[in-house]
Amino acid sequence: MLDEEVSVNGQPAVADGLRKQVRAFIAEHDPATTGRLEFIRARFDAGLAWVHYPAGLGGQGLPRTLQKVVDAEFAAAGAPTNRPERNGIGLGMAAPTILAYGSDEQKKRWLLPLWTGEEIWCQLFSEPGAGSDLANLATRAVRDGDRWIVNGQKVWTSSAHIASRAILVTRSDPDLPKHKGLTYFGVDMTSPGVEIRPLRQATGEAEFNEVFLTDVAIPDSDRIGQVGQGWQVSTATLMNERVALGAFQLPREGGMIGFSAATWRNHPEQRTHGLHDRLLRLWVGAEVSRLAGERLRQQLAAGQPGPEGSGAKLVYARLNQEIADFQVELLGADGLRYSDWTMHRPDGADFYGRDAGYRFLRSKGNSIEGGTSEILRNIVAERVLGLPPEIRLDKDKPWKDLPR
Amino acid sequence: MTQQAEKAEPGAVTAAPGAAGGAGARLPDMTYTEQETELRAAVRSVLEEKAQAAAVLARTETPQTYDTALWRTLAAEVGCAGLLIPESYGGAGASFREAAVVAEEIGRSVAPVPFIGSAVLATVALLEAGDAELLTKLAPGTTTAALAVPFESVPGARPAPSVRVGPAGDGDPAGTYRLSGTVSGVADALPADVLLVAADGVPVGLYAVAAGGTGVSKTPVVSLDMTRQLCDITLSNAAARRLVGGAAAQEVLARALRAGAGMLAAEQVGLAERALDITLAYAKQRYQFARPVGSFQALKHRFADWWVAVTQARAASRYAAACLASGDPDVDVAVALAKAVCSDTVVLAGQEMIQLHGGIGFTWEHPAHLYLKRAKSSALALGTADRHRASLADLVDLPPPPR
Repeated sequence: MLDEEVSVNGQPAVADGLRKQVRAFIAEHDPATTGRLEFIRARFDAGLAWVHYPAGLGGQGLPRTLQKVVDAEFAAAGAPTNRPERNGIGLGMAAPTILAYGSDEQKKRWLLPLWTGEEIWCQLFSEPGAGSDLANLATRAVRDGDRWIVNGQKVWTSSAHIASRAILVTRSDPDLPKHKGLTYFGVDMTSPGVEIRPLRQATGEAEFNEVFLTDVAIPDSDRIGQVGQGWQVSTATLMNERVALGAFQLPREGGMIGFSAATWRNHPEQRTHGLHDRLLRLWVGAEVSRLAGERLRQQLAAGQPGPEGSGAKLVYARLNQEIADFQVELLGADGLRYSDWTMHRPDGADFYGRDAGYRFLRSKGNSIEGGTSEILRNIVAERVLGLPPEIRLDKDKPWKDLPR
Repeated sequence: MTQQAEKAEPGAVTAAPGAAGGAGARLPDMTYTEQETELRAAVRSVLEEKAQAAAVLARTETPQTYDTALWRTLAAEVGCAGLLIPESYGGAGASFREAAVVAEEIGRSVAPVPFIGSAVLATVALLEAGDAELLTKLAPGTTTAALAVPFESVPGARPAPSVRVGPAGDGDPAGTYRLSGTVSGVADALPADVLLVAADGVPVGLYAVAAGGTGVSKTPVVSLDMTRQLCDITLSNAAARRLVGGAAAQEVLARALRAGAGMLAAEQVGLAERALDITLAYAKQRYQFARPVGSFQALKHRFADWWVAVTQARAASRYAAACLASGDPDVDVAVALAKAVCSDTVVLAGQEMIQLHGGIGFTWEHPAHLYLKRAKSSALALGTADRHRASLADLVDLPPPPR
């Protein structure tokens, strides 16, 4: 495994020590006879959950890159996992935010069940009136003694229907400029007044939800960061959004292009010269983007995606769309058919599943979700290339006076 | 075909047939090592002093379009001429990874030096042919050589040589052959002391010809890119020494052209990156409508796309350099991929450099046109993007429509 070799480079002794710890842990907690939950709770308590987290919170304060050593050791022993794929937002976005801005009490209360998957988290950020312009959000939080009363509507919330808690950003002071009057919470999704409705998308299914908040009472002890610090905390959350940088390296033809290459090889009758040229261009694009992703991973051996990740996401979205578009055309008559328009509510996102028509439609979301391609180009231009920021008319006026 | 059939194809998990190396297994290091970064700094400091844009531009209108003094300096101070030559022959014994870094720097400055022609194409041919005599002379940069092939030659294609072997003359020493014919559009041959010529006849082979010898003429071509001026070579009964014969000669040529295409892709990355740097600096200080023009979103988005294209091209180029360096079985795919994507990117860079500079970018006085011309010429050289994609079609089993 290249990842492992890169990551333990320079710390072979620490890596060895970790391997020994895992083996000792497994000797004490036989996966065959220990219950799944008991096992993973004990793993958290042993500091082997996420080694880069502090001691007492599931980690040992080690470099993040060493996590792979631990995971590999547990996997080799056939140990049960914390099913991280079910709690991507919790693990990837909520947890680092809680770690950076949460109180000691919140860290103790939230991080264990979050890591074990006993509490799935979702994200209440986007609103109908606040997409790319997140800081324009209008969900109001009004202080009422030692609690807050929240009213508003959130949208594009994946996993809301299975989540027990959410990271939520609200407007606590409309008289301040937009970035200054925000406050951030970790809200209990079972609170009265939280209503979840599926949001049906172009593919026919509902991968996301709308969440309506009506007089939801949130205890002040669930506030993350200071009152008015919500924008800063949200920025920390979004910095952790894993932009198109998969955790592992795909093989050649491992993504969307694999379907087209296979169809091309198996169906000579579908080939034309025009499609051949397109296929080769797309194949080159896909393979080069795979190499560029791996090169970026090699550069960021520490694993913290910077603004450079925005470039990878731009390429990924464009290629997914172009390849999926190519594929329905290559299929010809079958491109005119669709598997199923019935509304389902899948547990997670699936870019590659189902049929070509589904992939064609689902890929249209790739250049919108996780930052539109236009916003990402601004990010590259401003943060990577140092070009001047957009001229802003909304930064210093009270939020309530902005046109909308 | 039915939806069922399409779904049943395990496309997402199938590796390409025939593709090895990086296809599925671990990928090589594509970053720059510390030594490579040091080498880059050394080359850059020479080029920043001795290959400034105004001087490079002025030289294109002189009879000496190649800067032989600069080439000797790069050879003597940084070892650029003998980079790929083993230490036992007086070279630096470095790999294609380091050579790619030098190529990037030369691309950045569009310097008129025969790096690709002498230190890559000719050197790789001589290494493959095992010719110690010439390698020892090339290593210090005091002698330069050129592989006498048209610059547009495609790696993998094997056209019949345009030069023929004739009988040795009376009184020729043993081992002398006589060559006649022409090779047109050869890069880096103008400053070359030795020409490596593929010739047909008996025996077929690759030959070394002294460029200053009787019966050898080089006619400069008015080239699209005058920072790498081409020439037409005519041989009339020119004396030659055979380096390698038969099928082995074809293999030597093929390997030299493949290495040349890989290193030219690296040059293209350097050029594209420098064109971006120069244009970016201009967009930050050029004011129109009382704002830096780089603050307009129409330009910012073009810059972002340009930067993304360079990062993608760089990954492909580093992969090709790493595969060439290690002799990875995936090297043919890697080079075709790199030359295909870097050629497209470098031309984009040349075009964007002019457009985003506006009027000044279209003048003769501004170096943007040097970058565009070198970009487009390099895209046509050693296999166009289209030719390399056609090679990939064979290599990764994506065949064209049946006849």
